[in-house]
Amino acid sequence: MTGAKPTAFGILAVVGGLALSASLLYARDHRYPPPPVTQRMLYVTSGSVVGRVMLTFDALAADVYWIRTIQHYGRDRKSRLQSGRFELLEPLLDLTTSLDPMFMTAYRFGAIFLSMAPPEGPGKPEAAVALLEKGLRATPDRWQYAHDIGFVHYWQTGDFTKAADWFERAARMPKAPSWIGPLAATTRAQGGNRVGARQMLQELLTSPEAYIRQAAERGLLQLQALDAIDFLQAAVDEYFRRHGQYPANWSDLVRAGLIPALPLDPSRVPFVYDATTHHVKLGPGSPLAPLPQGFQR
Amino acid sequence: MMLRRIGLVAWHVFKESVRDRVLYAIGAFAMLLVTAAVVFSQLTAGQDLKIMKDFGLATIELAGVLMAVFIGVGLVAREIERRSIFSLLAKPLPRWEFVVGKYLGLVLTLTVNVLAMSLALYAALAYQHWVAPLGVRASWPAPASDPRLMIAVLMIALELALLTAVALFFSTFSSSTLISVVFTVGIFIAGLLSADLRAFNDVVDAPVLGYLVVGVGWLVPAFSAFDVKNQVVYGLPLAPGFVLHTIAYTVAYAAAAVGAAVIALRSREFK
Repeated sequence: MTGAKPTAFGILAVVGGLALSASLLYARDHRYPPPPVTQRMLYVTSGSVVGRVMLTFDALAADVYWIRTIQHYGRDRKSRLQSGRFELLEPLLDLTTSLDPMFMTAYRFGAIFLSMAPPEGPGKPEAAVALLEKGLRATPDRWQYAHDIGFVHYWQTGDFTKAADWFERAARMPKAPSWIGPLAATTRAQGGNRVGARQMLQELLTSPEAYIRQAAERGLLQLQALDAIDFLQAAVDEYFRRHGQYPANWSDLVRAGLIPALPLDPSRVPFVYDATTHHVKLGPGSPLAPLPQGFQR
Repeated sequence: MMLRRIGLVAWHVFKESVRDRVLYAIGAFAMLLVTAAVVFSQLTAGQDLKIMKDFGLATIELAGVLMAVFIGVGLVAREIERRSIFSLLAKPLPRWEFVVGKYLGLVLTLTVNVLAMSLALYAALAYQHWVAPLGVRASWPAPASDPRLMIAVLMIALELALLTAVALFFSTFSSSTLISVVFTVGIFIAGLLSADLRAFNDVVDAPVLGYLVVGVGWLVPAFSAFDVKNQVVYGLPLAPGFVLHTIAYTVAYAAAAVGAAVIALRSREFK
């Protein structure tokens, strides 16, 4: 009964059973997917209630809600949902930070992604600022939160006065890096400019958090796209100056020697030239859209 | 003759289980919680029937999981500890028949318990139907004593059958009941996350790690695949093919796990 042959046969049968079960599950999920429950909801939205229910495990509950936040964001970003995208992002972040008020990653994640305009985020800069202010109430000496509020105003709302106020506040905080002071002064004097924005994004590239680095990389590509649009717009104007009429399409600019070929944005999507308004813009489907408001000329 | 021997072992397990105090404690607690759903539903603003159904089904599942784990891990291990396995193996009873009989006996016990708890839930829902005004009843997405709840109950029973197979495997594999409980609960939690594991590549851009995690997601028992509670509570339709595939999946996976348990028991030497 304990021979090698029956045991080998048994192991093969077990492996076969596992493979069969996996293929059955795959077939079920593809042929008969259960109807999705469209009502996505959080049963409890109060962090203090969850904290009481979880007894001494509130930090663990914060971790669980944090994982849910990441999953919700990642899934909605890749989904084709037209409405209700990222609808749970704000309450999930609020729950996470209520359960663990020192959860710095959650506050900074909120600053970046809550404020991002659709389709990359829900486009709620005011919610991002509120979340970061909550973080400042919990840990008033975190210069990162004040800097991030300034960043939201600088990058998303284009309110450079508020941005400068917050950068100045961040610069006065303990352990604040030396570059924030000059950044505040430049923002106060000149408003938004791409040099200052690049400097800020370069600093964010050094963040230990991968998603902050990815958001900074995207921001830098957006700045490249803005520079390219300025160059192309100048070429369109130059064409008008030389020929007394605007080009009909990109080919006219190529034939005139003003651009070498069909122009692509940094994400390799062709730019669009609108022959009616004579304006250059990002092509449909470009992952860099929408470009930040405060830096367009 | 073979079926009779397996049936005898299964019946013996059933009789032994229904005398188990742990079973009564969990069962009584579950009954209390199911009927307490009536009280909890009064504490909410609206959604009372939905909360009763959610709470009732979750209680049935949780109680079943506790029974499957704590009785399942002792199925074979207890026989080894008591040394009663020596007298059993001395009889003309092949080890695989012994394992399959043990498995079927506990599945029978769990099925009876799940049915009893479901009856309690239906009684509580019937009471809610009786006390609710007509206007409130009209706003419910599904009737109170909805027969489709039995689909969710069937799914819970299948989930428990699969969990029992896993617990039985660890029962034959490990010499410590505590370690068996830890392994079984660990696999159960991994199985509850299996859908997320299989969709890992949709959330994170990490190819190598992604395929590894997706592979684990297909290998662990997919306990999350049995969760249709939301669909049933909202009265959404479920295709018969969905239910049949889930049954086939449970049979295939449980057979593999019980087969692995047989191999593990066969390879053990009892002195």
